[in-house]
Amino acid sequence: MPDTLLFALEAAANGLTAGVMYALVALGFVLIFKASGIFNFSQGVMALFAALTLVGLQTGQIPFSHLINAMFGTRLHHFGWTLPTLVAIAGTVVVMVAFAWLVERLIFRHLVNQEPIILFMATIGLAYFLEGLGDIMWGAEVKRLDVGIPQGMSPVVDDVTYAWFGYGFYMDTLELWAALIAGVLVLSLILFSQYTKQGRALRAVADDHQAALSVGISLRFIWVLVWSLAGIVALVAGMMWGAKSGVQFSLSLIALKALPVLILGGFTSIPGAIVGGLIIGVGERLFDFFMGPIIGGATENWFAYMLALVFLLFRPQGLFGEKIIERV
Amino acid sequence: MIYREAGDFKTTYAADNQTFPIKGDRYAYYLVLALALGVMPLIITDYWTNAIIIPFLIYTIAALGLNILIGYCGQLSLGTGGFMAVGAYASFKLMTAFPELSIVFVVLLAGLCTAAVGVAFGLPSLRIKGFYLAVATLAAQFFLIWLFTRTPWFFNYSPTGMISAPTRTVFGYAVTGPRASAVSMYLFCLAFLIGLAWLARNLTRGTLGRKWMAIRDMDIAAEIIGVNPLIAKLSAFAVSSFYVGIAGALLFVVYLGSVEAGEAFGITVSFLVLFMVIIGGLGSILGSFLGAFFLVVGPVLLKILLVDNLRWSSDLAAHLEIMIIGLLIIVFLVLEPHGLTALWRTIKEKLRLWPFPH
Repeated sequence: MPDTLLFALEAAANGLTAGVMYALVALGFVLIFKASGIFNFSQGVMALFAALTLVGLQTGQIPFSHLINAMFGTRLHHFGWTLPTLVAIAGTVVVMVAFAWLVERLIFRHLVNQEPIILFMATIGLAYFLEGLGDIMWGAEVKRLDVGIPQGMSPVVDDVTYAWFGYGFYMDTLELWAALIAGVLVLSLILFSQYTKQGRALRAVADDHQAALSVGISLRFIWVLVWSLAGIVALVAGMMWGAKSGVQFSLSLIALKALPVLILGGFTSIPGAIVGGLIIGVGERLFDFFMGPIIGGATENWFAYMLALVFLLFRPQGLFGEKIIERV
Repeated sequence: MIYREAGDFKTTYAADNQTFPIKGDRYAYYLVLALALGVMPLIITDYWTNAIIIPFLIYTIAALGLNILIGYCGQLSLGTGGFMAVGAYASFKLMTAFPELSIVFVVLLAGLCTAAVGVAFGLPSLRIKGFYLAVATLAAQFFLIWLFTRTPWFFNYSPTGMISAPTRTVFGYAVTGPRASAVSMYLFCLAFLIGLAWLARNLTRGTLGRKWMAIRDMDIAAEIIGVNPLIAKLSAFAVSSFYVGIAGALLFVVYLGSVEAGEAFGITVSFLVLFMVIIGGLGSILGSFLGAFFLVVGPVLLKILLVDNLRWSSDLAAHLEIMIIGLLIIVFLVLEPHGLTALWRTIKEKLRLWPFPH
């Protein structure tokens, strides 16, 4: 096999795992959009906030220590203990559920029946607030997150591909794990929504708010549930991205990468989010591989959007989205 | 008592159709104009000009532009930063290619260039709507910034990748570059703002504005009663980008002086202008002014309070600032989803009846 093809294959394989990471963020968007029609811009910042909280709990940081130090001139920073990863994850889940409850109680309960753009703006405001809160609570420096997943080149992939093609592919073990965890997450979400009472209620709400209300489903509870689920998805995404490149502000920008994924897959489809993520991941790696040297590199900043834009012109509702029918 | 419409008789159609039909409004408008043109140039200081007044004027122009697109025509756009960058780089290329050209024309031409780019990126709006369109305009944002940072022709092959504005004069007074005085920069921006605000107000009152609003309220219905969506949507994109481009050009030539596309016109700028429009009030000219004022002055005051008075570290203050901005936006949306103009309208209603509310 020619070398270029092998390199392109390697880029595509890496794109697949990167795509899974995009899909993880997009999944959170889809969950909330389906159940409440809210386009939740703060999903990326939620991932950042969850990862920050996880690191903070793990290393025993004192929340708001910078603020307290600035106000009272003290020198606090750590409690002096560390938590095992699983306990810290459980703690973060509790925080995210509390956050979901607060969001429903304080914001969206008051914004029922507003136009979608107002709800969208509220989530942008929420994103700003959460970003500032995360930094003030846990400090703005780049943090290392270690959840016990091995990192670096995967020897298995290297060996197998070497045996097949005579050229070992470089793939990060962490990304393979992330793909696996994402798969488990999606599977459990599907099982949850198909086989539990709450999941059925969730699908009912996604189908028709009014009909769901009339058969006695509590919309408020469902919204809290959905925001909690999105928070947990955000935690998983934040964990994976954080372990890969450190917990820092740029983590919240992955939300922007998830938007074209959503467009490709359609706002209301969970399989769409996955397929869209994979297409974007592979597409941008291959485009950068073939076109990058010609037009100057760093094309991954905009390629996903352009792909989504061109795609939209042919299929305005995305790959798996419901057909948009408009009546006067 | 002071502000009322009783006794204000209209005897001609012209009087009935004027922009400010109530006498109190009209006098307030003239008073503000007189203050801005006559009194402000005498009393402004360098610090306040640079910290508040010039950014306020420039961002108001940008907010006016975005308000035309979102508030009047209903097309959600997140590409404002990218379009401002087009204005800035177009003005830079024009200034360096034609040194004799007056800076006024440079800024206007930069606006026209941006309008052309805006129409190109507005084309998808004919097919896609709502949030899908918002994400599509993000393509413009990222692609344009990438283009300006990666193509050396746009920054004249300067090794730093920055563009900087040479000195240009209007009537013998420097308005750009290091020699420009606060007053001349202020008047230069103010002239553009007054002209553009007047234009926006009258455009939105006329045929074009009504077409935009029909499209905003329901595009299919508008199409059925004979509004051409192609012309209405693309003209909204063109006019909006023209304003945004001028704002970008002014931000570069007058305010910042030297600029790097990714830093000065990133996605945060798009959101900032969007916040101004939403907080000020969608579909309102006054709202653009109020929103821009609120979001320009707020952070400065906060910084003065926290960094200068309480001596907090500046990065802590910066985090607190975005937190407070986010909180304010949420509080605003919960309490008054239609922005500061709606608040102003309520005050006016109360004023009309004051002091005898029954």
